[in-house]
Amino acid sequence: MTLLVVAEHDHQTFKPSLLQVLTAAQAIGGDIHVLVAGNGVEAVARAVSALPGVAVVKLAQGSHLEEGNAENLAALVKMLAPGYTHVLAAASASGKNWMPRLAALLDVALIADIVRVESADTFTRPIYAGSVWATYRSTEAIKLITVRSTAFDALSAGEGQAPLEPVEAGKDENLSRRVSLALTASTRPELESARVVVSGGRGLGSAERFHALLEPLADKLNAALGASRAAVDLGYVSNDYQVGQTGKVVAPELYIAVGISGAIQHLAGMKSSRVIVAINKDPDAPIFAVADYGLVGDLNELVPALTAALPAA
Amino acid sequence: MKVLVPVKRVLDYNIKARPKADGSSVELSGLKMSMNPFDEIALEAAIRLKEAGQAAEVLAVSCGTQASQETLRTALALGADRALLVESTIDLQPLAVAKLLHAVALRESPGLVLCGKQAIDDDANQTGQMLAALLGWAQATFASRLELKDSGEAWVTREIDGGLETLAVRLPAVITADLRLNEPRFATLPNIMKAKKKPLETLTPEMLQVEVQPRLTLLRVSEPPERAGGIKVADVAELVDRLKHQSKVL
Ligand SMILES: Cc1cc2nc3c(=O)[nH]c(=O)nc-3n(C[C@H](O)[C@H](O)[C@H](O)COP(=O)(O)OP(=O)(O)OC[C@H]3O[C@@H](n4cnc5c(N)ncnc54)[C@H](O)[C@@H]3O)c2cc1C
Ligand SMILES: Nc1ncnc2c1ncn2[C@@H]1O[C@H](COP(=O)(O)O)[C@@H](O)[C@H]1O
Repeated sequence: MTLLVVAEHDHQTFKPSLLQVLTAAQAIGGDIHVLVAGNGVEAVARAVSALPGVAVVKLAQGSHLEEGNAENLAALVKMLAPGYTHVLAAASASGKNWMPRLAALLDVALIADIVRVESADTFTRPIYAGSVWATYRSTEAIKLITVRSTAFDALSAGEGQAPLEPVEAGKDENLSRRVSLALTASTRPELESARVVVSGGRGLGSAERFHALLEPLADKLNAALGASRAAVDLGYVSNDYQVGQTGKVVAPELYIAVGISGAIQHLAGMKSSRVIVAINKDPDAPIFAVADYGLVGDLNELVPALTAALPAA
Repeated sequence: MKVLVPVKRVLDYNIKARPKADGSSVELSGLKMSMNPFDEIALEAAIRLKEAGQAAEVLAVSCGTQASQETLRTALALGADRALLVESTIDLQPLAVAKLLHAVALRESPGLVLCGKQAIDDDANQTGQMLAALLGWAQATFASRLELKDSGEAWVTREIDGGLETLAVRLPAVITADLRLNEPRFATLPNIMKAKKKPLETLTPEMLQVEVQPRLTLLRVSEPPERAGGIKVADVAELVDRLKHQSKVL
C-alpha cells in the first residue's frame, strides 16, 4: 500500500493538521508520500521532508496552484492518484472543497471527516451533527479520505529525510479566479490547534461585550477565541470563529463556553474537548450536560471574576 | 437563465438522531422530517435572483423516496416554479446523487446550480463539488455572498478557515450555500395552496440511466463515546481550584 497525503500550507509552512493527518495515515499503514502543491513552496516541502515516516515528498509548483483553487488542485491530484491506494487530506475548508471534486473525477466514493481508522478499508465518521457514528467499508480501488484532525494525535517528533520529487503541475483549468482574500488578523493561537479555547454565544449580548469580557480571559489563558453560530450571525465576530457542526471542530485541553446554550449543532464542534467549563445563567442549559464544571450565574460578573482569579499569563 | 436547486429531505434539525437498536441505521420512523436547512438558504438565493430579474426559472430537484414530494411541495410554496423528483428507495450516497443531478442538468441546461453546502444528516459536504466535477464547471463552495455580473461571472464570497475569499467563477457553475448567505422566508398559506397546482414531475434513476448502488458499505451505526457527566461548582474560586488540582489543566 502506498498513501498520498496532500499537505495544507500557507506558503511558508505546513498547517499543524498535517501532523494529525499523518497519524491517521500511519494507522492505515503502508508507505506515505506527501504532496506539496503551490507556488514558491520549496520551504514547505523541505519542512515536510524532515517529518518522520514520510517516504517521499512530491512537489508540484505553478502559478495556477498558488491560491489552492479547487478545480486546479483536483485536476492535479487526479493525475497522481492512480499510483496510490489511499489519498488523504484534512477535513478543513480546503480539503472539503477540492477532495469531493477529485472523487467525482476519479469516479470513487469519498469518506469524509473520519474520526477513526478501523482498518485499511474501514473508517468511522460522525453523522447527524455527531449524534451518531457510522462505520463504512470501502471497496474502491483508491480510497479517498478527509480526516477530522482533532480526532487524531499529532505525529510525535522525530526526524525524517524524505527525498523531494518534482512532479508535473498540470494546467490551469481556468474556471475561476480569486478576486480578494480577507483573512482575519489575530495574534492568538489558531482555533483548531489551541490548547485552550474561550467561546462566546448570544448571552454576551453585543460585540463590545463579547470582546471586553472574553479577550482579557483569553489573554490570561493564551487561548483562541471561538463562538456559537448565533454570535457570528449577530456580528460579534467573523465567520471563521464559528465552532460546531457546520463550523470548526475543536478538541482543546480546556474549552470555556460563555453564554452558549449548547445546541447539538454547537456540541458537535466541541464535545471532544478534554475539559469543558460552561458559564450560563440558566441552570438547565444543555451545555451543562457536557460540561465537567458548570458555573451558574451572570456572565457579566463571573467572567471578570474568573479572569481576575487566574494567574497572569 | 434557469437555476437548479437540489433539495434534500432530512431529519429536522431540532431532533437528536439515535441509532436503531440493531445498529443497522438511524431511527427515522415517526420523526419530523424537513427540508435540509442549507437547501432552504440555496432556494432563497435562487428565488431572490428570480425576483431581481436575473433568473427566469427556479427548478427544485430532490432525489429520494416518494416522501420527498413533500419537500418539493415546500420548495414550490417558497417560490420554485417547477419540481422534479428522482425517485429511489436505495440509500443514495453523494456520488450517486451527484450523478443523478448531472443527468438532470444535462436535460435541463441550467445556468446555475445552487446547492446547500452540506446535508445535516450525512454531513457529507460533497454533492455540489462532485456535480461541478461531473459537469466540468466551476465551483464556489460555502457561499455567504453572491452577485451575478453582466460579464457572465458570478462573484461569490466564501467562508473559509481563515476568513473570507471572493472568487469570480465562470457561469454555468455550482455554488453551495453557507448559513449566512441569507435568511430564508417562510411559506405563506396562499402560496402553499398555489404550490399544489405547480408541476411536479417524477423520474427514476433507470430513466436517467444512472447507476446508484451505494459504493460504501455501511457496517454499523453506533452511539458516539459519551462524556461522563460533570458537576456544578459553587463559585469562581472552586472552579479555579478544580481546574488546577483536579483536572490539572491550568
Ligand atoms: C443547519 C444549522 C447549522 C448550525 N450550525 C451551527 C454551528 O456550527 N455552531 C453553532 O454554534 N450553532 C449552529 N447552529 C445553531 C444552533 O442550533 C443554535 O441556534 C446556536 O448554537 C445557539 O447559539 P447560542 O448558544 O449562542 O445562543 P442561545 O441558544 O440563544 O443561547 C444563549 C445562552 O446564553 C445564556 N445567557 C444569556 N444571558 C446570560 C448572562 N447574562 N449570563 C449567563 N448566561 C447568559 C442563556 O441562558 C442561553 O443559554 C446551526 C443551526 C442550524 C439550523
Ligand atoms: N438526495 C438529495 N436530493 C437532492 N439534493 C441533494 C440530495 N443529497 C444532497 N443534495 C444536495 O447536496 C447538498 C450537499 O449534500 P451532502 O453532500 O450530502 O452533504 C445538499 O445541501 C443538497 O443541496
